[in-house]
Amino acid sequence: MISANEIQIFMTFAFFIIMLFVAGIYCVLMTRNMMRALIGLEIMTKAVTLLLIVAGHVTGNIALAQSLVITLIIIEVVVIAITAGVILSIYRHTNSLDRSSIRELKG
Amino acid sequence: MTINIIALIGMTLTALWAVMARSLLKATIGLAVSSAFLTILMFRLASPLAAVFELSVCTGLITAVFVSAISLTKPLSHAETIALSKNKFRRYWPLPVIMAVVGALLILAKMQFAVAIPQGVIEKDVRDVMWNLRQIDMYGQIILMLAGAFGVVILFRERNNDKR
Repeated sequence: MISANEIQIFMTFAFFIIMLFVAGIYCVLMTRNMMRALIGLEIMTKAVTLLLIVAGHVTGNIALAQSLVITLIIIEVVVIAITAGVILSIYRHTNSLDRSSIRELKG
Repeated sequence: MTINIIALIGMTLTALWAVMARSLLKATIGLAVSSAFLTILMFRLASPLAAVFELSVCTGLITAVFVSAISLTKPLSHAETIALSKNKFRRYWPLPVIMAVVGALLILAKMQFAVAIPQGVIEKDVRDVMWNLRQIDMYGQIILMLAGAFGVVILFRERNNDKR
């Protein structure tokens, strides 16, 4: 059973998690620079990481939460590395990091 | 209690800076500092293994990937920088306002706050969970890391134009 104090702790963290997610989603939606969109994606992932850890702590499943966070971090780093490589490939073709330049590619 | 709230505020502010910074390198540094604050919070929430992963991978490796990717692109000219910074200010000034509005709405929604974290109950060893309960995740991670390594080798490879 989750106590009232634990719910309050979760709410405190949830407040900042929502703020981080808003910042990340705004960055992804508004930027034209593909590298900065990746930074926005990273900020959103950080918000989710914190949410998992806090949820695990509040419910008493810290070990499971840590295991999930480690998996999340591995997926995150692979996604970031591959996406950075794809962005560089696009940059070599178009000489621009602007995401509107992708429209000129074939396919 | 104070450390938790400082780390939470610091993480949010550095993330905001990462979004709003003019230079991509400064944005990357902001992201790394944000990860460091997240590491502190993870230690405070009794998750040391995840915190070490966050510190080494997100603060270290991802920052290195970003810096290498940025260094492989050409810097902007002075005129382009000025034009972009004007556009950037126009595009990003609503973000702090939106965050303030969302924050005010959340406070108005009568969220009850407390930051004094009680000692977490550790019901199982994390190694036991990882290697027994979430064994399939481990195989998935190994496959993903291999795929990532091959992807980086192929995508970051400099093309030799002379051979074409």
